[in-house]
Amino acid sequence: MMSDNRHPAAQNREVVISVRDVEVGFGEKTILKDMDLDIYRGEILGFVGASGQGKSVLTRTILGLVPKRAGTIEVLGQNLDELSPSERRLLERRWGVLFQQGALFSALTVKQNVQVPMREFLNLSDRLLDELAMLKIEMVGLKPDAADKLPSELSGGMIKRAALARALALDPDIVFLDEPTSGLDPIGAGEFDELIATLQRTLGLTVFMVTHDLDSLHTVCDRIAALGDGKILAEGPIEAMLASDHPWLRAYFHGKRARAVMAGGA
Amino acid sequence: MAQSILAQEPQVEIEGAGDKVTARLAGHWIAENSERVESLAAEITGGADQHRMIIDLGRVGRLDTLGAWVLDRTRHELGERGLAADFANASPEQQILLDEVAYRGFQEQKVVKRSKVIDFLVDVGKTVHEAGRDLVGGVAFLGELVSALLRVILNPKRFRGTAVVNQLEQIAYRGVPIIVLISFLVGCIISQQGIFQLQRFGATPFVVDLIGILVLRELGVLLTSIMVAGRSGSAFTAEIGSMKMREEIDALRVMGLDPIEVLIVPRILALVIGLPLLTFISSIAALSGGGLTAWIYGDISPDVYLSRLKAALALNTFFVGLIKAPFMALVIGIIATLEGVAVEGSAESLGRHVTSSVVKAIFMVIVLDGLFAMFFAAIRY
Repeated sequence: MMSDNRHPAAQNREVVISVRDVEVGFGEKTILKDMDLDIYRGEILGFVGASGQGKSVLTRTILGLVPKRAGTIEVLGQNLDELSPSERRLLERRWGVLFQQGALFSALTVKQNVQVPMREFLNLSDRLLDELAMLKIEMVGLKPDAADKLPSELSGGMIKRAALARALALDPDIVFLDEPTSGLDPIGAGEFDELIATLQRTLGLTVFMVTHDLDSLHTVCDRIAALGDGKILAEGPIEAMLASDHPWLRAYFHGKRARAVMAGGA
Repeated sequence: MAQSILAQEPQVEIEGAGDKVTARLAGHWIAENSERVESLAAEITGGADQHRMIIDLGRVGRLDTLGAWVLDRTRHELGERGLAADFANASPEQQILLDEVAYRGFQEQKVVKRSKVIDFLVDVGKTVHEAGRDLVGGVAFLGELVSALLRVILNPKRFRGTAVVNQLEQIAYRGVPIIVLISFLVGCIISQQGIFQLQRFGATPFVVDLIGILVLRELGVLLTSIMVAGRSGSAFTAEIGSMKMREEIDALRVMGLDPIEVLIVPRILALVIGLPLLTFISSIAALSGGGLTAWIYGDISPDVYLSRLKAALALNTFFVGLIKAPFMALVIGIIATLEGVAVEGSAESLGRHVTSSVVKAIFMVIVLDGLFAMFFAAIRY
């Protein structure tokens, strides 16, 4: 796709997130061990792995929601452990997160949800606040009349879109998507993938996407990282995944469902 | 890094040459500089007087959706005044962003102005209507509850003994310490005040009659009911409400289980059994508190206190309080359930219904106590 002319050679790409030797565990159990991962500017990285292997744990560790036992995480060149609270707040403005269940504030309308980070961090006039929120809502493909609805009145797909609008509220550099297409019908999921690709192009986003959706991996991800046994089993474009010999990767990318996706001409 | 962003304030130079005006932009046109972005955009609109305007983005550093939106809005506003405006020297990324953002008016939400008087009347009407609906709903639910109870009685295998015992532990057993403490203190307080007031008439010993009758007839059951409404009624509403939010109640229903039988009957049974027990404990605690204070302030020794109590109280004094307890329990349980079932999707709604469950339950408990007082007075019990 376009990815090749967007980022030239891999060597001189800017690393946006760098995870080094990270170890995370709960109690006796170690989930991630000696974990290394780089995410480059402007790419869509698909992050796959069997359920319970710690995909969400890594995401939450990078976001600072889960403490790590060892290792370093650098985001946009800043070591997360060395940031003062105010520097951290500045950094947090530069990423947006789409949680798996949307995590929209249930007492606020969609528009108010999108405006929460804007009100908190920016000093906008009322008119701009309204216009920008509506712009984001339209950018993610919601109809304007959805703006004044409460999250409980939305369908699953609309919740994902509204949550994406909120994640994009501050024009972040990095967007974390936790299973963005889970629970959507195939058409809706396909549209959502397209949306992510379009937004990535227009806004120059770096996207970190935890997903199980083989279609998403095929169509929108520039690079895929596969997690297993607490570390990265393999990373690279989809072709590299297909060529890998690792048993789990073979099962994942050459299983019945994967073959069906391939046969479908994705 | 943050400093350098702020340092790169957006700037604009407007110069007219021939039949066109050029606005040369510089700096970062991003959300952090929103105020300046907006005021500069107004400058651009103001500076246009010719037919053609070029907005030159050649020296713009960063442009985000806000900057692009404001610029495109400016272009659109100039267009509405019949002035053609175009962007020049935008980088490919900036051009994509400008195209994607593409200014369009959002229709204003119409705010219908209404008179305050009418609003007030509407509010009153709604409240009355809701109160009526609550009453009908309460009676209907009482019917459902009784029919569920009958089903359980006719088919005792469906009786959930474990659930009832578990609820009894939550409602009664774990509530004992706080109820004992509060009742003891209230007993102390009325005893002390009673002694102070009765001393003036030289009727100090009658404080024992005062405490005994007041506590056994009214205070024990009232204090307990209010505490239980606050402790268990609220928990009950929150449990049912959050189960409803997560579709757990629907899950029970599609499994062929009756939510009333599974969730509500055990809780209400536990309330109906637990509240009289707690009332008894509360009364004893209040009588002990009163006795202690009477000893300290009124020189009434425990021996005298007990013998006077025995003389002042008949068995019916004790029963008047106790008879009321199961009814209070029923009212608390029904209100808590109805509020729980009324919870909708949001966290705010859950909070609102838990609050109103407690408020309504306490209100109804006091109203019911008043009705009982009239009833017992009428039958001279």
